[in-house]
Amino acid sequence: MPRRLTILIAEDNPADRMLLSTIVSRQGHRVLTAGNGHEAISIFEHEHPQLVLMDALMPVMDGFEAAERIKQLAGDELVPIIFLTSLAENEALVRCLEAGGDDFISKPYNPIILEAKIQAMGRLRRLQATVRQQRDLIARQNQQLLNEQQVAKAIFDKVAHAGCLDAPNIRYVQSPLALFNGDLLLAAQTPTDRMFVLLGDFTGHGLPAAIGAMPLAETFYGMAAKGYSSGDVLREMNAKLKRILPVGVFCCATLLDISLQKGTLHVWNGGLPDGYVIRADGRHAPLVSRHLPLGVVEPGNFDDRFDVVPVQPGDRLLLLSDGVLESRNAQDEMFGEQRLLQVLDDARPSESSIDRIQQALLAFHGQVQDDLSLVEVTLVDGLTLTPAPLAFVGTPQPSPLDWSARFELRAETLRNFNPLPSLLQLLLQVHELRHQAGTVYTVLAELYSNALEHGVLRLDSRLKASAKGFSDYYSERQNRLRALSDGHVCIGIDVSHTDTGGRLSITVDDSGPGFDVERVLQAEYRAEGLSGRGIRLIRELADGFSWRPGGRGISVEFRWDREA
Amino acid sequence: MSDVHLDSAVLATLQDVMEDEYPVLLDTFLKDSEERVQLLHQALEAGDGEGLRRAAHSFKGSCSNMGATLLTELCRALEDAAREGAIEQADGLIDRIEREFAIVRILMRSERQRFTLG
Repeated sequence: MPRRLTILIAEDNPADRMLLSTIVSRQGHRVLTAGNGHEAISIFEHEHPQLVLMDALMPVMDGFEAAERIKQLAGDELVPIIFLTSLAENEALVRCLEAGGDDFISKPYNPIILEAKIQAMGRLRRLQATVRQQRDLIARQNQQLLNEQQVAKAIFDKVAHAGCLDAPNIRYVQSPLALFNGDLLLAAQTPTDRMFVLLGDFTGHGLPAAIGAMPLAETFYGMAAKGYSSGDVLREMNAKLKRILPVGVFCCATLLDISLQKGTLHVWNGGLPDGYVIRADGRHAPLVSRHLPLGVVEPGNFDDRFDVVPVQPGDRLLLLSDGVLESRNAQDEMFGEQRLLQVLDDARPSESSIDRIQQALLAFHGQVQDDLSLVEVTLVDGLTLTPAPLAFVGTPQPSPLDWSARFELRAETLRNFNPLPSLLQLLLQVHELRHQAGTVYTVLAELYSNALEHGVLRLDSRLKASAKGFSDYYSERQNRLRALSDGHVCIGIDVSHTDTGGRLSITVDDSGPGFDVERVLQAEYRAEGLSGRGIRLIRELADGFSWRPGGRGISVEFRWDREA
Repeated sequence: MSDVHLDSAVLATLQDVMEDEYPVLLDTFLKDSEERVQLLHQALEAGDGEGLRRAAHSFKGSCSNMGATLLTELCRALEDAAREGAIEQADGLIDRIEREFAIVRILMRSERQRFTLG
């Protein structure tokens, strides 16, 4: 369907101008006329015609110059210029093109050809306008998307970096937009002086991959700060993701639970490539995936068994996303596990494996890869990290300073429930304890695990003397706990006033046969090995330490001075 | 009327396009053409070859639009001569253009009269 256009006719010859404007206006267009190039520009500026019919040879300013100016003024918009000419020489036609001419029409004018050309140019113009609109729309939407990603990332970074990713013993490589590649890296120092590190990789890309990261990080940091065990954290993360993620979206993840005090690494790998323990002498052992990713299995069937590996200062733990192994070079070869193992074999023991891997990837691809995540944790003795500020709930109210409570946890509860976070929340109601909450919690956790493992489950800590026995110990612990039908652990808490301030006393006893506390203490002084009950540690941390005859219960005391 | 001087098919088309404005177009052409013939003379006298070429080119364009076939051919010959610098041919060509224009003018005036009366 012909469309009505506003058309500028620039022609110095009055008869031709008259004829042309009559033809064009009879065809239904609005016509503006100019007798020279100068006039043409002036009219163009004021009336913004959509198409220009331009004579090449005109006085004052010729058509070439006028065409150039009009094209400049039109900018982004397509204003087609058809030159009116019977110019025979190619040279002159080239000048028309160089000046921005889109077509020619020669004299004598043929109304049919003229209308055909005007309509063709009109279509071209609409097409270009549509393309321009869509380009602008895409540009705006893209900008909006980038803005949204930045906002989302800023919010997420606040959550993700709430922990101790910046600790001096953690090195990591992550693309600035890793979140939108589905990669997630979290690290927290717990109140019990453990370090939790999680590397996750959500399926997919973009917003769907990023959306699950937020609740995962919140759960991780929230629970770590409240003193939940790594198993508790893992189960809750799986349950939460299973609940919120659509089918087909899940999170491959490795969770490290490192305790240098105990010399243990608990590791759970669900679907990520092997991580590695790299010993001080350069030997390395894989941390293999034994589980389905987070968010796949129903909470009731979730397998939260950790592998337990003995570790010591100087060891390094390396985790990586599949972006490392699956990255391809120009020849479409994958980097692969063999190349990675070669890099680990070749690295000098003292050297950071991250640097080596990055160099190898650069050599392999010829360019920097930015869609992969790597993290390396070096185990350093005596490294004091500020744990995440302890989270406690409850409105400010005066401390309860004179009370006692006693809990008896029986078999079924011992099997399924971790009482420590709830006890910690209770103790934190005593404001005076908050500044040493980490210490109190470490001691409480040690007492509880001693009572449970050695008292109720009757595990022999001497098993842990060898690396093999070490992992046997933990699988045996799991088996016995599952089969537990009798026994109990009692926890007594007593808060009271003293002359100078106040005191907290914690007593833990159990249904076990008791043990020779004196002898254990002596043994722990002699051998700082993998075995031991942490009794010495408890005694060092607490302000008071005593045991019941027969070693069936231990009491510790913490004291504080009244604030002036 | 001889189509060599004025192409009747072209005139019929012009009349069709212009409708009531047809005589005005004829008048405009004649008035403008008188000026263009003068421009040809001036350019020749000034020895301005490029000016002569442009004037001939412009005149050729409007003659072709009006169906003045022979006049168009003469303008084209003059344009070519001017471009090639053959100024010595220009004098004779301008004379011929002037004579041919006189014929076209007579034919157009009668055409105008025919239209007005018709």
